[in-house]
Order: sequence, then C-alpha cells, then structure tokens
Amino acid sequence: MANILQLQQVSKVYRSGNRDLKVLDEVNFSVETGSILSIVGPSGSGKTTLLGLCAGLDRASSGSVELNGIRLNNLNEDQLADVRNRYVGFIFQNFQLLPTLTALENVMVPLELRGEKNVKNRALDLLDKVGLADRGHHYPTQLSGGEQQRVSLARAFSNQPQILFADEPTGNLDAETSEKVEKLLFDLNKEAGTTLVLVTHNLELAAKTQRIVRIKGGKVVSDVVVS
Amino acid sequence: MAWRDSRRNYSRLLLFISSIVLGIAALVAIYSLGYNLQENIDGQAAELLGADLELSDNTPPTPKIAALIDSLGGQQSEERSFASMIYFPKNAGTRLAQVRALEGDFPYYGQLETTPATAAKSFRNQKAALVDQTLMLQYQAQVGDSIKVGEVTFLIAGILTKAPGQTGIAATVAPSVYIPLSYLTQTGLAQKGSRIVYRYYFKFVPKTNIEQLVKKIEPTLEAEDYNFRTVESQKQDTGRTFRDLTRFLSLVGFIALLLGCVGVASAIHIYIREKISSIAILRCLGVKASQAFLIYLIQISGLGLLGSLLGASLGAIIQQFLPAVLQDFLPFELETSLSWVSIGQGILLGVIISNLFALLSLISIRTISPLNVLRESFENVTLSRDPLKWVIYALILLFVFGFTWLQMKKWTDALAFTVGVTFAFLLLTAMATVLMWAVRRFFPSAWGYLARQGLANLYRPNNQTIILVVSIGLGTMFICTLIFIQTILLDRIKLSTDGDQPNMVLFDIQSPQKTAVTALLKQQRLSVLQSVPIVTMRLEQLNGQTSTEALKDTTTRRWRGLFSREYRVTFRDSLISSEKIVKGKWIGEVKDFGGVVPISIEDGYAERNVINIGDTLTFNVQGTILTTVVASYRDIDWGGVQTNFLVLFPKGVLEEAPQFHVLLTHVPNNEVSARFQQTVVQQFPNVSMVDLGLILTVLDEISTKISFVIRFMAGFSILTGLIVLIASVLISKYQRIRESILLRTLGASRRQILVITALEYFFLGTLAASTGILLAVAGSWALARFSFETPFNPQFLPILIVFLVVTSITVIIGIVNSWGILSRSPLEVLRQDG
Repeated sequence: MANILQLQQVSKVYRSGNRDLKVLDEVNFSVETGSILSIVGPSGSGKTTLLGLCAGLDRASSGSVELNGIRLNNLNEDQLADVRNRYVGFIFQNFQLLPTLTALENVMVPLELRGEKNVKNRALDLLDKVGLADRGHHYPTQLSGGEQQRVSLARAFSNQPQILFADEPTGNLDAETSEKVEKLLFDLNKEAGTTLVLVTHNLELAAKTQRIVRIKGGKVVSDVVVS
Repeated sequence: MAWRDSRRNYSRLLLFISSIVLGIAALVAIYSLGYNLQENIDGQAAELLGADLELSDNTPPTPKIAALIDSLGGQQSEERSFASMIYFPKNAGTRLAQVRALEGDFPYYGQLETTPATAAKSFRNQKAALVDQTLMLQYQAQVGDSIKVGEVTFLIAGILTKAPGQTGIAATVAPSVYIPLSYLTQTGLAQKGSRIVYRYYFKFVPKTNIEQLVKKIEPTLEAEDYNFRTVESQKQDTGRTFRDLTRFLSLVGFIALLLGCVGVASAIHIYIREKISSIAILRCLGVKASQAFLIYLIQISGLGLLGSLLGASLGAIIQQFLPAVLQDFLPFELETSLSWVSIGQGILLGVIISNLFALLSLISIRTISPLNVLRESFENVTLSRDPLKWVIYALILLFVFGFTWLQMKKWTDALAFTVGVTFAFLLLTAMATVLMWAVRRFFPSAWGYLARQGLANLYRPNNQTIILVVSIGLGTMFICTLIFIQTILLDRIKLSTDGDQPNMVLFDIQSPQKTAVTALLKQQRLSVLQSVPIVTMRLEQLNGQTSTEALKDTTTRRWRGLFSREYRVTFRDSLISSEKIVKGKWIGEVKDFGGVVPISIEDGYAERNVINIGDTLTFNVQGTILTTVVASYRDIDWGGVQTNFLVLFPKGVLEEAPQFHVLLTHVPNNEVSARFQQTVVQQFPNVSMVDLGLILTVLDEISTKISFVIRFMAGFSILTGLIVLIASVLISKYQRIRESILLRTLGASRRQILVITALEYFFLGTLAASTGILLAVAGSWALARFSFETPFNPQFLPILIVFLVVTSITVIIGIVNSWGILSRSPLEVLRQDG
C-alpha cells in the first residue's frame, strides 16, 4: 500500500539564546495509507515537534516531509493551511474548541473555512455519531471535558481528512471517559478509513495501534509493528 | 513579591494604566491653564483695561458726572462707540462695524497693536482710521485706502490687530474701526436715538489709591447710574469668566479620566482572572488572603503612580498648545509656565482614582481559594455578593462628587454632575447592552462563516465590548451633538426667514428720513414688511419707589439695570406673530389719553425683576413723565429677524414723542442686498443694516470657533476610548493568539484570519459609533423640541462622516494591534498542550 506520509532525514533545530538546540535528529520513517500508528517517548523527546512537522504546522530545518504526495518544505504558510484543511484532521489534549462558537458551529468550522455551503446536516450527523446531537447549541464552557473531546472528534472528521493527528487525546480525561473517547476515535477512524497518527505517553493506548514508533532525544529508537 | 510577580507582565500592566494617562494629561493641562490664566490676568490686568479707571454709560454724562470727570484729574481719554455701517469705496463693500471715536492717549497700559505700528498714534491727529484686520481681509483693503464712516471719508492709517481687552470672538461679532473723536460730529452719526456708549478713561499718578478713590465717587456714580471699572474689578471679572471656562473644561477632562478608569477596572478584572492560578498557588504555599490582596494592590498602586506621572508629563506638554486652541477667547497674550501645583494635583488624583477603580476587581483576590490549584473554576470567584464591592462603588461616587464639588463649589451642581455622569454611563451601558442583545437575539445565522466569527468575537470571554462602546460612544456622542446643535441653530434662523419673511433690518432711521428710505426701498422693488417706531425712555419709579429705594428693598431681588437701562419702546394696536399674551389682558389702544397707560411687558423680564400685573411703572420719556400700569405679560420668541420689545405701549400715547424707526424688508439675494446696502449707506450714512447673511456668517464663525474647543476636549474622550481599545486588544492577545492559531491549524488562511479580525473591529466600531449617534439624535431631538421649539432635521452627511471615521479608526487600530498574531506559528497551540 502507498505511503501517505514520508519523512527523510528530517532534523529540527531551535535557536535558544546563543546556542542551537537540536530537537529532531535525522528522523526517517513513513506511514502507510489507512494505517494506525502511535508515537511514544518521554517528555522532551521531540514527539510534539515531530507531529507538528508531519502535520504541516512547522517546517523542518533540513530533510523532507511529504504528505499525500505533497512536499511540505517548499510551501508557504497559506499553502500549508490549505493542505491541513484538505487532508488533515486534529485532536488535541486540551480539546481546543473555539469558545465563542457552539458545539455545532465548531464542527462546521473546517468545512466553512473551505467555503462549503449547507454543511449543517453533515455536522449534525457527526455530532449524532459522537452522541451529542442534542448538545449542538451548547457552548464549550457548557460541556464536560469528555463531551468537549467528543465535539473535537466530530470536528476532526468533519472535513473527511486523509490523515488524523491526535496529540494525547485522552490526556485530560478520567479513565472511564478516556475509554469511551478511545472507542469512538477508533470506531470513527475505522468507518472513515483514515490514517491515524497518535502521540501519547499512554502505552496501553499505544498498544491498541498497529505500529509503535518510539522516540528519544530526537531520534527514532525503535519502530515496532504490534502483533 | 509584588515586584517579582509583575515582572513578566510589566508591559501589559503598563498598558492598563495607559488608559488613565490621557485623562490625567487633560486635567493637568487644564489646571495648568487655569493657573497660567490667573497669573496672566494678575500680571496683565492693567493692559486688559488699558487705564486705571473707566467710567461708562449709554447716555451722555449728566452735569454731575461731567463735574466729577473734571475733578478727577490725571490723564484722561474719551471714547464714544456705536454700531454703524462702514463703506469701502474701493470695492463698494459695506458692513456693520463697531465705530470707536477716540480722543486722548488711551490705552495707557498696553497698546493698540497695528500694522504699521506707528498708525496707533498717527491716526489720532488726522482724518484717519484704524480698521480691524477681519474687515481689512474681508474687503481686501490696504493701508492707504479709504473708508467711509457716516458722512466722512477717512484714510486707513493702519490695520488693527489687537486692542485692550478685545477677544478674537468680539472682533468676529463686531469688528472695530477707530476714528478720532474730533470727526464724530462731522460723520453725522451722533444723532438722537443712536446707541452710543460713552467711555472715559483715566490714568493717575503712580501710587494713587484707586480703590479709595472709587469708594469716594461711587455714591455719585450710583445715583447717576454710571458704571465704572478699575484694574482690580477687571481682574476679578476676567478671572471669574476664565475660572468658569477652566472649570467646564476640567469637568470634560474628568469625564475622559473616568472613562479611562472604567477601562482600568475592566483590564484589572481580566488580569486578576488570569492570575487566579498564581494566586491559588501562593495561597497553597501559606500566603494569607490579605497578603495576596496586598501583593496586587502594591502592583496597581505603583502603576497608578507611574501612569499619573506619565499623564502629568504629557499634560505639561499639552498645556503649551492650549493657548492656541483658546486664542480667540482670550483678551490677552497667554504665557505658559509649568505649574507644579497642577502637576501635583493631577498625580494625586490619578493615584486615588486608579486605585479606587482597580479595587473593584482587586477585592476578589481575598476570595480566591487555594482549591483553585486543584480545580480551576472562574465561577468560584464571584464579586456580586461581596458587600465590599458596594462600599467601593459608594466611595467612587463620593469621590466623583467631592472632586466636582471642589471644582464647582456648589453641592447642588456637584450632585447634578455626579448624577448626570452616572446616568450617562448607565444609559450608554444600557444602550450598548441592548444593542448587543439585539445582535445576539437576531444573530444572522445565514451570514458566511467569517462574518459570523467576527460578530461572535464581540461576546468572547473577557470581552471589553461594553467598555469600548461606552468610551468610544461617548466621544462620538459629544461630536454628533455638537454638529446637531450647530445645525439646529443655523436652521432656526434660516427657517424664520423663509419665503417672504424679513431678512434685513434697517435701523436708526430718523423720522424725517423715513419717507425717503421707504421710497428708496420701493425704487429697489423691495417692500416694507414692518415699520416700527421706537421711542427711548428711562424708568423713574416702580410702584412709587425710586431706583435707590427699590434696590434697597431687600425683600425683592431686582436687577440694577432695571432703572439704569435705556428702554427702547414701540407702540401698536395689535400683537405680532412672535408674541403672545400669557397673563393679564392686552389693551391695544388708548382712546382718551390723560391717565395711566396700560402696557405689556415680557414675562421673563417681569419675573426676573419681580414686576406684577397691576404694578405702576413711571417712565421719563425724554423729559415727559408718563405713568403706566402693567396690564399683561407677553411670551416672546426672540429667534428670527424680528423687532421685539420688553415693553410695549398701546396706540394713542407715544405718537408725538421724539422717535426713530426700524424697517424690515426681504431681499431676494446677496447681490440685491449688497447693491441696496451701498445705496442706503451713500444716501443715509446714519442708517445701519443687518442682513440675514451677516447673522449667519457671524453665527457660523462663532459656532465653528466654539465647536473647535469642544471638539478638542471631546478628542480626549475619543482618544481615551481608542487607548482603552488598544489596551484591550493587547490584553486579550493571549486569547486571540490561541484562537487564531487554532483556526490556522484547522486550515484558515492569513486572509481569512485578517477578515475575521477586521470584521470584529468593524462591528465594534459600528456598535460604538451608532450608540453615540443614536444618543446624540435623541438628545438633540429633545433639545430641538423642548428647548429651541423647532423641528429637528438632522444632517446625514456629517454624521455619516463621523460614523465612517470612528469605525475606520477602530478597525485600523484593531488590525494593527493584531498584526503580530497573524505571523505566529500554529505549532504553539501544540506546545501549550504538551
């Protein structure tokens, strides 16, 4: 099967004061279309930086990142935004819903940014799938953490992304809610056939993916297919 | 700890306080102006009067006064001034001017400033005149040209740029022409009925005790109804006038400061909310509630002091420009110097008021629980039930009242101001709330996403929409009300002369001239719309009491001028359209004159001087004593080109008395007006004319000058609003960054973020400007309806311009301040998570 994501010799260097800080050091790996993979590693190992580069949120200092056949290195900010809007979905640890919009409007945003019309029904469908059809008119502050993350899930799938990046999606939730959200995430992903890249500390969650990439000190130290 | 905690927020905290900088600056500048004015008035009082003593009245000196003038000695000058038409032969221009016929070396202090400088002296010894620069400019006259005053043609010896005590405004209303007194008789203008003011100026040898001298002559002056002014009285009068002006200006400045303080309160509120976790951690570590409160109180006090210092410095700079703003209203050159008292007052005021307003939010620190470390919940920190909050509100109101009382010295005025300001703030807040509610209630769901997001941002958590709408709205309201009132006043005059209504008044027509002037009107195809005879007289007795007796009566407060003024009275058998009887009975004709004459007086005049229906008024009609009884009160509409009279006689009494006439006519256009004026001035030099064009021009000039001062002050309010806007944009930057980056992450382009931001500020500006305009329309309508009693037709073009300017400035500031957000990397949102 073809690769949706391909990283070659990717390094990321930050300037800290008057010295360079190498956060990622010549990382190579690829992700097959439709696969589910997790990136694990200790704090400060570079996993979030790696996710950012993969999703086109940042640019590599050297090496190349290709997403869905598009080389991201040469794109400007607006072109990157366009790639994200067309092919990428996100789920964050802190949900990151727009506080000024209702749950329904939050789900509609990626589609509306694309200029699509009559997107309400599609957003309502997604809210229904995450069990929040009757909470569409509520603002984020009126929802619990678990509910906010479910809205976030609905939003992530609203633009029918090719690849979904989830950064500690259950990091802020209790065990019971985490389980529900995990199930929803995997179910929706299965239904849509989206590639899923999970960044997590949670090894139990990582074990539920098909492949685990372990990162430490900015380098990929292991890349294991889960049996 | 206060210092350590503030380090990372220093620039943001400074921004909070910048809201009060302008208010303090305005107050310091105005206080300094007040002190400088007082100093200058004290220093230049002699130049204001131009002499040690001035005696004046609108009648020639009686033998007693003449003898008194002779006995006073010293250097003496005489001036007779009156309104008259002047004529520029070079271009046939005519204009009503204030003619001042002067003899002697007046002014003894200061000088008549002229171009060339020598003209101030040289015109006195020849057939020459000094002409005010506004007239010279208007008629493009040059030194060496001629000017005709009455029957005499004078050489223009110089341009008058400044005379003692004269303001730019006075020159606009009645520009002066100085001629030597020796030519007055030849001009033929000093006739019976001419309104001449007689002035005598004195300069005494140094060290003469003027006050003692005045005390000695005062009884004679009072008995003969002659007025006097000394350097000291002039100092007091001028000082009082300008104290009123600076009081008014300082109250406007105070409003700007209050606006800024509301901005501070709102900013501190957000700051404390963001600090809840830090405060909760400190509380966990054992810091007492009072200690936590003190940490932030010290921060805010320090910044309040810094803001006040900055404001005071800025105020010291602004005060250098105030004389330029006020120059048309100042009768002297204003030299500015630093007033440390004003600076001290401003700083003290800033520290107190910024702390008071900040306290509203600071007191909530006491209620922040250490539990917030475990579970952050903003809702736990609530102020509404804290009784201390109401104490602070009371303190703020008390402070506003106290400050106003110090300015006005009258507790009723101070209370009215405090209630008025509170009401205005509440009204603006209510308006803004209603408008916001309406937007929310009728939210345009069908709009595109970008517009909806821009509009929804007005409700973002920690939004400052209300305070911005109040502050920018207040400034807009000031400016729009000003424009409306200007329009109402000008419209009122225009309306009153529509169609065939009179728009030109010819006055000072002597009885023998009346037929000829009427014929001239007919010859020019102009009709006489009204012909009004005028008889001058003085009041001798009121209910049998002479002026001295009546004024001594302490049970009633009467105006001194009741007896000293010259009454210009007319007689007719019917009322005209501008008057109506409000009390008593109008008697239009006396058949068999011989007894008491029933007269009608204006109701306001009667009220001010406690004159009742049935009271007896004894007049001296140029030597003949006439007893009258008040038969009715009339309400008079003084607007429009009309002749109206305080005292109206019936037909059948004054027909044979010496009189002069006023004629009213309608000229169709400026060309006919100019041609007619030239003919009249040439044939009847003593006849003066006022046409509507002149009134409108003068009114327009005056209102433009006044509105410049008010706009300057309203500018402080608007600028404060804009600073609050800048501060609020920067304060909420953290939240904006998060939202914008999130949108970027979801695929929004830079243009889309920019459009959302621009739309948000467009809606904010629109909301603020329309709130201000709506209130201005309501206020001006009420003024037009109830005060001016005229229809209100607001002009839409200037209002549209104000609306567009206010909205554009808001949008520009919003975008400029949010610019940095657009260039942030979307990865930061992940960093905040990780």
